[in-house]
Amino acid sequence: MKILLFLSDAMIPLLIFSIVGYGLLNRHNVYDDFIKGAKDGFQTVIGIMPTLIGLMVGVGILRASGFLDLLSSALGIITEPLRFPAELVPVSIVKMFSSSAATGLVLDIFKEFGPDSYYGTITSIMMSCTETIFYTMSIYFMTAKVQKTRYTLAGALFTTLIGTIASVILAQFM
Amino acid sequence: MLNYLWGFMIVIGIVYAAFTGNLPAVTNAALDSSKEAVALCITMLGVMSLWVGLMRIAENCGIISGAARTLNPFLRFMFPSIPKGHKANEYISTNIIANVFGLGWAATPAGLKAMEEMGELNHHSKIASKDMCTFLILNVSSFQLIPVNMIAYRSQYGSANPAAILGPAMIATFFSTLAGVIFAKFMYALPENRTRNNLPPKGTFSGYSPGHADLPKKKKGGIFH
Repeated sequence: MKILLFLSDAMIPLLIFSIVGYGLLNRHNVYDDFIKGAKDGFQTVIGIMPTLIGLMVGVGILRASGFLDLLSSALGIITEPLRFPAELVPVSIVKMFSSSAATGLVLDIFKEFGPDSYYGTITSIMMSCTETIFYTMSIYFMTAKVQKTRYTLAGALFTTLIGTIASVILAQFM
Repeated sequence: MLNYLWGFMIVIGIVYAAFTGNLPAVTNAALDSSKEAVALCITMLGVMSLWVGLMRIAENCGIISGAARTLNPFLRFMFPSIPKGHKANEYISTNIIANVFGLGWAATPAGLKAMEEMGELNHHSKIASKDMCTFLILNVSSFQLIPVNMIAYRSQYGSANPAAILGPAMIATFFSTLAGVIFAKFMYALPENRTRNNLPPKGTFSGYSPGHADLPKKKKGGIFH
């Protein structure tokens, strides 16, 4: 576990160091590049802001109404024997359809349990190792004008399942 | 899609609250959530700007394209039927590298171009080629090295060490990607008929047709709506 923590701690500084260092070695104007990129990143966030407001309001309403608790306890009957927390079922399902909608639910979990809690940790890892299956598949296959996707969905669900299992196991060590 | 998801979230929430007497809580939640979304975006502005800025440096001094070239052996292994030097290779590696570095905006266009090229190689068939399946499975298995968004969210919600999930996230990503590679390779190795017979009979995604010729003409663009 120590290596994991070191990796987590050193990863970002090391990456920043290598990128800036490499840029300087190649006599690039790293500062200019950075500013231009930062401007892009800035605009991306401004772009998703309305979406985030809409979705967080949606999730907020759903949670305040008590409906999410009802849903979780209903789904808990299935997931309890599998040792998967019922509270995390909605987010893991929604993530398959929409990343931004899942974000709303993730933030809700962070708010209720805290990002460093057991649930918060599983959620953080799970969201980092899974992708929006249906969204990705639909735009990619539509581009290639393919209608029969064969074993893609099975494979996609399989990788998501493995990622989810790994998240639950890894969170035990944190 | 999101239209209904969002609409139903609100409608169900309010109806359920009316029955359980949670309407005042709903009012507060609606107002607080919108405020919170803005607070979150302010944190995100900093993290995302920093990240995209750094990535721009990496892009401009050739780190990204250099990394894409080193992927060649991996591409030969995963996509043996794409001819060497074909444009599809280039797009696939750009897509993978962009994904690894969390550059979603660069990954998607490259991925779509790769799909177009693979469609060409597949003679514009309506049935996905095995390469396409592999590519999609890899994409969905998520190989993002650093989950920037997740770290930003964690710091916004008062995590003691927002980046603490990095190590575990990388390991989990490694396993999900490995699972994707194994699955895709396994299905690739199966003879054509066998794979087709393994498909579940129904469903928009996994629907199966015994041959290219007798595909039903209906279900226009019926991938996912």
